[in-house]
Amino acid sequence: MPKPHGGRLITRQIKKESYETKNLMEFEINTNLSEDVLNISHGVFSPLEGFLCNNDLQNVISEKRLSDDTPWTIPILLDFDKNKLNGIKEGDSILLTNKEYGLRSILSIDEIYTFDKKKLAQEIYRTQDMNHPGVANVYNMKEHLLGGKITLIESKTREYDEYNLTPKETRFLFKEKGWRDIVAFQTRNPPHIGHEYVQKTALTFVDGLFINPIIGKKKIGDFRDDVILASYDTLMKHYYLKNRAVMSILRTSMKYAGPREAIHHAIMRKNYGCTHFIVGRDHAGVGNYYGPYDAHDIFSQFPDLQIIPLFFRSFSRCLKCGSVVNDKICPHDPKDHINFSGKKIRELLRDGKIPPEDMMRKEVAETILKFDHPFVE
Amino acid sequence: MSEEKDDKKFTTISIPTPLAEKIKKRIKGTGFTSLSSYVTYVLREVISGMEEEEDEAFTKDDEKRVKDRLRALGYID
Repeated sequence: MPKPHGGRLITRQIKKESYETKNLMEFEINTNLSEDVLNISHGVFSPLEGFLCNNDLQNVISEKRLSDDTPWTIPILLDFDKNKLNGIKEGDSILLTNKEYGLRSILSIDEIYTFDKKKLAQEIYRTQDMNHPGVANVYNMKEHLLGGKITLIESKTREYDEYNLTPKETRFLFKEKGWRDIVAFQTRNPPHIGHEYVQKTALTFVDGLFINPIIGKKKIGDFRDDVILASYDTLMKHYYLKNRAVMSILRTSMKYAGPREAIHHAIMRKNYGCTHFIVGRDHAGVGNYYGPYDAHDIFSQFPDLQIIPLFFRSFSRCLKCGSVVNDKICPHDPKDHINFSGKKIRELLRDGKIPPEDMMRKEVAETILKFDHPFVE
Repeated sequence: MSEEKDDKKFTTISIPTPLAEKIKKRIKGTGFTSLSSYVTYVLREVISGMEEEEDEAFTKDDEKRVKDRLRALGYID
């Protein structure tokens, strides 16, 4: 079992009756920030114990590391409108709340500071283009940031939480299963044959597969979360050995920061107890902001990451080979290749049609088509 | 060894000159831009293998709760 990132799995949670909060100023935060609070408090973001202070932020921007040299590539920041938290100062504590999550969490404010949005966008996303969704989010942030440790008091159970295991729980699960080497696969879509091939190729060399869909805010036309989970349940039931694959969700927002986010994704999976992490083509990319294999190359900057990236290229089905191939193993002309096009599969399913079996398992497609509305509307 | 001058972020470490010369030869034509960047890379790799883990166990009640959840998912017997 790999050590958690930074050497210690963080737990920032107390029993709700053990802390008096009635005198604290309340600050309602949005869903994404609530997910950050939960990920910090359950150790998904270990070694972070709270939102970044300025010295850590500047180091993450310039060095891709926290100020103690631990690799960290995506800033976890809490922005706020100074008019809404009038009179607060460093050393105060406030109560972070969110109705949807039933969230109540204390923030001990170590620092109140401002930041340079253009610099943040350029260094994290490599662009200042507002059309980049991550950059747009940065420009939409408020001007001030709060840095400091958080302590979760309570949050309510939400849908799909039966699949929502904390790092402490997944580490326990992997030990119970006797797995030493575990490969993590991140996804935001139901599985097609290309995904299955990548997962099983990786699984061949390790003890277990950890399927870890990102659940949360989606675009119109994306598959719904319940569809993704049901389709994976079906695939695992019919095509995976029961003792070789498990699934748990991860609630976090996509930043579309390409290579930097690939490192962040690997760190989270290390905290879940995984030893290997699958990185595909244009991982966490959007548009043409990053090269197709930038998210592979960045790993060479982190000899101390302590999780092994498994780099995969695009897979397709070669009609001449009669099997799934990539450009490293197949000598035939691309004209002989059928790509696993997510767009094509979506179009067929939208029309109520089962995609060809060499693109998607029939059982998976049937599971998706059982939903009246499988796509976000 | 020569070092970038930044009092806050960097410090100077002495290594034997012959070793420094060997490293300079070794990093020619690689992605390493300086002796310092190479030494930093190697030391980060070495030191990361020495981090200590504090493995916090579940209480008996929590362990039972987690096992029940994992059984419900069909992940353990």
